[in-house]
Amino acid sequence: MLYIECPYCGLRSQNEFAYGGDGTVKRPTLNKEVSDKEWDNFVYNRKSPRGKHVELWHHISGCRQWIKVQRDTVTHEIFKTVSADKEI
Amino acid sequence: MQKYSVFSLFKNALKGHKDWEVAWKDPNPKEEYDVVIIGGGGHGLATAYYLAKEHNITNVAIVEKGWIGGGNVGRNTTILRSNYMHDENGLFYEKGMELWRNMSQELNFNVMFSPRGIINLAHSDAQMNAYARRGNSMKLNGIDAELLGREEIKKLVPILDFSENVRFPIFGGLMQPSGGTARHDAVAWGYARQADSMGVDIIQHCEVTGFDVVNGKIKGIQTSRGNIKAKKIGLCVAGSTSVLAEMLNMTLPLETHLLQACVSEPIKPILDHVVTFGAGHFYCSQSDKGEMVMGGDLDGYNSYAQRGNLPTLQHVLTEGIAMLPFLSKLKMLRTWGGIMDMSMDGSPIIDKTHIEGLYLNCGWCYGGFKATPVSGWTFAHTIAQDRVHDLNAGFNLNRFNTGHLIDEKGLGTKTWIS
Repeated sequence: MLYIECPYCGLRSQNEFAYGGDGTVKRPTLNKEVSDKEWDNFVYNRKSPRGKHVELWHHISGCRQWIKVQRDTVTHEIFKTVSADKEI
Repeated sequence: MQKYSVFSLFKNALKGHKDWEVAWKDPNPKEEYDVVIIGGGGHGLATAYYLAKEHNITNVAIVEKGWIGGGNVGRNTTILRSNYMHDENGLFYEKGMELWRNMSQELNFNVMFSPRGIINLAHSDAQMNAYARRGNSMKLNGIDAELLGREEIKKLVPILDFSENVRFPIFGGLMQPSGGTARHDAVAWGYARQADSMGVDIIQHCEVTGFDVVNGKIKGIQTSRGNIKAKKIGLCVAGSTSVLAEMLNMTLPLETHLLQACVSEPIKPILDHVVTFGAGHFYCSQSDKGEMVMGGDLDGYNSYAQRGNLPTLQHVLTEGIAMLPFLSKLKMLRTWGGIMDMSMDGSPIIDKTHIEGLYLNCGWCYGGFKATPVSGWTFAHTIAQDRVHDLNAGFNLNRFNTGHLIDEKGLGTKTWIS
């Protein structure tokens, strides 16, 4: 069982959260010419690191806020959680 | 190479089993090879075997970080099938089924191939329609498929919950009678033994730490046991693909996720087929030892842990008990996990790369084991001929750029829910 520190609600079990994937992916800027390669990187290509990973979680059975979590993909240790608009 | 047969067994039994040859040697790496395969799992071993057998390339090494057969080829639930709708998948996996049928004879190693039939249950009219469509698509590709009604399923698998008042009543199902199981360890060992006998070096406990690329061309690898030069290098490392890709400055349409499986205590024969619960992610078969072999969902977040988390197991077994209520009476014998190279459309990648002499075999998602022979067969062709075979032409890396995805389930890019 993972325990995730929601920045709004405190420490909660993973059962309250839904996973949202890689939190470092940025959508190409609006109103600008976007190349196929940029779309490709945004939609499909992922670093999938072995080690520290910044990812999105949705506290769907709690406060319903999206949050950013820095977690180790081997040990599952969680280093840091912040609200989704902040950088890690 | 010593041939395995009932006579050799008898002869060696009389001599107290002292004269058996080793099944494969334990060589030190040579300075240079024509082809180095990274990853001594089923796919890597099969690739080396078919390079030697089909393409007469025998100056080949397999380098493996752990021991052969210790990764996903020893961690899966041993299911073989080709019940896919899309041509790229159906034709590819059906070639695989053809290779499975002759594998024990070809490798002189009993892989306990058991075409017991795989049944996907349906729980609504819409699901029956979808299965009828899939079954028809399979038949057009020469794959056997039978749409079964509720009564027919009841005859084949009476142990399922056929009550009327359940959340997901059984409407019927789609069966591929030629699908089934095989003993996974034997597949790894059989390929290893034959590849070794044809001159392939199987180098275990040898971790790749870097690649030598000069002017866009692969020259060799750095490993924990020294540098190895190679003209061609093939990657068959499943869940570790992204780690090696990072060393090559490549970012791939993959995420690594953890998948668990489990077996119960052994019981008398009760389930003759492989059965999947169409309302969720759960499937079950009974091993020759009598254990109920079960699997289901991914743990649901990126993971390289190779060990699972209990909430997922609880969820999977809840579905299992809904399908087969008697499971609640059984004790769990073992649970384990393996790391999956989940691709963004659920289909594999077997292709050349932008680096000359570097070949990629990854993206197997849930289905790597059944693909073992045909993955090796097509990957060996791709490496030896430096071009893809018709059977793996659709599994190119460029499809994510051009939009020619092979998304069998239409689930999109959330790999953790697919």
